[in-house]
Amino acid sequence: MSDDVFILVERDEARRVALLRLNRPKQLNALNAQVMDQLCEALEALDADDAIRCLVVTGNERAFAAGADIGEMAVASPIDMLRGNRIAQWDRVRRISKPVIAAVNGWCLGGGCELAMALDLIVAGEGARFGQPEINIGVIPGAGGTQRLTRAIGKSRAMEMVLTGEPVDAAEALRLGLVARVVPDELVVEDALALAAKIATKSPLALRLAKESVNAAYELALTDGLAHERKLFYLLFASDDQKEGMAAFLEKRAPDFKGR
Amino acid sequence: MAESSYQSIRYEVADAVATITLDRPESLNALNSAMRGELRAGLKVAARDDAVRAVVLTGAGRGFCSGADLRGGSPEREFRRVLTDEYNPLMRAIRDLPKPVIAAVNGVAAGAGVSLALACDLIFAGEEARFIPAFVRIGLVPDSGSTRTLVRTLGRHRAAELIFGGNPLSAAEAHAAGLVARVVPADQLMDAVQAEARRLAAAPTKAIGYAKRLINHAEDASLDESLSLEAGLQELAGRTDDHAEGVAAFAEKREPRFVGH
Repeated sequence: MSDDVFILVERDEARRVALLRLNRPKQLNALNAQVMDQLCEALEALDADDAIRCLVVTGNERAFAAGADIGEMAVASPIDMLRGNRIAQWDRVRRISKPVIAAVNGWCLGGGCELAMALDLIVAGEGARFGQPEINIGVIPGAGGTQRLTRAIGKSRAMEMVLTGEPVDAAEALRLGLVARVVPDELVVEDALALAAKIATKSPLALRLAKESVNAAYELALTDGLAHERKLFYLLFASDDQKEGMAAFLEKRAPDFKGR
Repeated sequence: MAESSYQSIRYEVADAVATITLDRPESLNALNSAMRGELRAGLKVAARDDAVRAVVLTGAGRGFCSGADLRGGSPEREFRRVLTDEYNPLMRAIRDLPKPVIAAVNGVAAGAGVSLALACDLIFAGEEARFIPAFVRIGLVPDSGSTRTLVRTLGRHRAAELIFGGNPLSAAEAHAAGLVARVVPADQLMDAVQAEARRLAAAPTKAIGYAKRLINHAEDASLDESLSLEAGLQELAGRTDDHAEGVAAFAEKREPRFVGH
């Protein structure tokens, strides 16, 4: 293990947002065990940080993340993979309760695409490319690619991407509903942070339950999902933020949410 | 870049203008695989070189470009592969080059030569220039983007007449149709083109590059998409030194000196 810092964090307390940059540029931000470990630690620390309400994860101009570390895996046995169990790290990403935006420039492939899809929404630069090329090296996506991509864009297009390994460009990703918006490459991080700052003005309690409820749509049958949503909705009426939000609306002023 | 490494084109830079000359005059600059490769390479150099702020594309000798090289029979048995791997990236490279590209059409532009001229931002034509999308005459269909551009610039019915093998478009007709920016006597063409290229090379290069992106985008975009990209790119243009210089020069009632960033 080295002391390399693979995640750079910038906190903006005024806007209550934080930016996490994947920082392994020579490997196009390939996600090895250390990168994922540091990313999860940084996400968890910010999740517990009351000054921050929304997070943005980005890479660099060339790549969000171009997959996992193939050098690390090429000689692995199944038992090595099981014992290393690095894919278990990915569950930690899923447990982050604050909204996390992926700001994607350049290559977003394999594990990189799986990471972006594991976050809450994607803002892409015009030059971004999304793909699951694992089939080209004799394996399949292993960190949610087949599951999240299928849920995001439907079976036929997901099959095409997963079976051919061919990437799609940002415009196509937008048409498919894989990304929320496409902006000029140079504005990706800035626009993702502006979107995060807008989200950060909302009640952190409501954000947390909204995220939980949307994610539950992937897990639950509709009847159960609706019941779950309704309970979360009622629960928020126990919060100060609900009182503040509705009072501010009636008084025609901006609300000041405290997260209580 | 070793300019001498090119065999079928010439690549020269002067006054921030890169001039790329198709240089197989014995075949009216027919496009063979080597020339297509060198053209893509030259365009890449021009795109990346910050000292280049405008590009001119022209042909050596009597013609601009006679299209695919037909000598020795049908040249490309694998039409789809050659178009996908060689011609289409060439047209894309011109469209995506974030600097103005001027075609100096000095003579015949035929087949893919028409596509090449149409992919450029501005077309200057010599009086003798002819645009001949000759594909159908040899049992083929228009390619390399010429269908789309001809339909959009000429309108569907005039494009159909031309594409189905009607009379070639003269320089004057192409000018009247809005394809050609300026028609110039043949012996003055290169001077006129170089003057325009130097003028554009002294302009705010970033703004022109962003504007070119907007123009490319506008061909397919909805109004909302176009408005949104305009707002984003205006934000970036507004941060350039050239914008500050333009405003300062206007306020100080002097000529601006743009640096290209």
